[in-house]
Amino acid sequence: MSIEPPPTPEAREATRRDTVLRIALPIAVLALGVLAWDMAVRLTDTPAYKIPSPGAVFTTLRDDWPILASSLLVTLTTTFEALGLAVIGGVSFAILFSQSRLVEYSLYPYAVILQVTPVIAIAPVLLIYLEPSVAVLACAWIVAFFPVLANTTLGLNSVDRNLVDLFALYGASRGQILLYLRLPAALPAMLTGVRIAGGLSLIGAVVAEIAAGSAGAGSGLAFRIAESGYRLMIPRMFAALLLLSLAGIAIFFLLSLLSHAVLHRWHESALSPER
Amino acid sequence: MPDFLSDAAPIVALRGVGKAFATILALDGFDFAVRRGEFVSLLGPSGCGKSTALRLIAGLVAPTNGTIEWSDGKPANGALGFVFQEPTLMPWASVSSNVRLPLKLLGHDRAAAAERVNTALAGVGLAEFARAYPRELSGGMKMRVSIARALATAPQLLLMDEPFAALDEITRFRLANDLLRLWRTLGKTVVFVTHSVFESVFLSNRIVVMTPRPGRVFAEIPITAPYPREESFRTSPEYARFCRRVSQALAAAMAGGGA
Repeated sequence: MSIEPPPTPEAREATRRDTVLRIALPIAVLALGVLAWDMAVRLTDTPAYKIPSPGAVFTTLRDDWPILASSLLVTLTTTFEALGLAVIGGVSFAILFSQSRLVEYSLYPYAVILQVTPVIAIAPVLLIYLEPSVAVLACAWIVAFFPVLANTTLGLNSVDRNLVDLFALYGASRGQILLYLRLPAALPAMLTGVRIAGGLSLIGAVVAEIAAGSAGAGSGLAFRIAESGYRLMIPRMFAALLLLSLAGIAIFFLLSLLSHAVLHRWHESALSPER
Repeated sequence: MPDFLSDAAPIVALRGVGKAFATILALDGFDFAVRRGEFVSLLGPSGCGKSTALRLIAGLVAPTNGTIEWSDGKPANGALGFVFQEPTLMPWASVSSNVRLPLKLLGHDRAAAAERVNTALAGVGLAEFARAYPRELSGGMKMRVSIARALATAPQLLLMDEPFAALDEITRFRLANDLLRLWRTLGKTVVFVTHSVFESVFLSNRIVVMTPRPGRVFAEIPITAPYPREESFRTSPEYARFCRRVSQALAAAMAGGGA
């Protein structure tokens, strides 16, 4: 009787090689892409206002850093505020739904409607009634809310029925069942929802900033992209776009890391492939 | 096992119990008493309502008709232990947290529970795995944790629903040996649901053979072989004789039930 044996050195070596490939290959593709882009711009002598070379983009990134950095901060702040509110709202409503079927039946359709109505169409309406910065936050929240709600609801409802019986056998209260059974069981699904919501709240913030346009105080990265477009500052447009992508990647990794940190000891999704 | 069991007072008696699920009649006119201190098996084919009988005793479902009578009144929370066919552990909690769960639900504080948890884990031979997580354990070890959890509240009656059905034979034999040892040292009453003739003969004082749906008692067979029953019992002529008798009863139950 023992815990499963540790992987053999060969198996561990194979996993390590796999990890190196997973990281090295995308980087190699990126390097090749940037090289090809640079060559194409040079060889065809394309002016920077049509397609800037990678070098021009990086130079702009460096020269315009103060403006771009403050814009990045604005967009990231909106994104994380929206994500935080979406997690609070989504989890709260999911718990409410799990406690009362009547409430779930009454409200769930509206959550779906909120989700299926394109946020780009909602943004102009919100902008009439709300401060631009609040409207942007609201849009980002709207798109981030549903994945948290839907996934947490699913998680709260997919509890091992034998465990529910076991809790009943010991006379557990509703509160105990929620706290010790449903919420922990819902964690993997909830974290999946949060990971999706992270990417979506960035998208929501960007969409709303674009919709707000010059009406807004307009200092987010998306506003910079729109503005640079109008003013034909194409390298800055590319630089802002690059920052947005990096922000998206960073958010994804951060939330994946969080998910892994919470689940790695017990959940199948966090198991290493070797065994 | 001593004869006193045959006239020992029942802990619980099911009288004329029927249970219907939608259009399916799982149990009908089911009469069954559990005597104090015995190891009794409910034996029958899949779908004969033996698990339903166990869940009725556990109070997890209510009978459609008939009565369930407890000699000392309805058991308090924690006076029953239940072991499911699957280990049914919380994957997010360590082995010791899983075993502590019943105590936590009953409001024992952590310090008071710690000793009972350790005792229960030691009883199933898993003392050194208290901090492991369920997914790090083999199937047999998970089932041991599940048994330790059922024993954590020191229940008088242990209900086991085909607990070894999903395990390989070697593990099953070992767990059966250990279960018998625990039963004898702790002095519990065990109701054991199984579809294995061999398992039920090895373990039980008494085997209740059930008919296919709707489940009724077809035969009661006392297994008078003395305890302790060791590995040698599995290969003894006596064991083979009991197995033949029980197999014949089971076959007759299935033929009579029209399955």
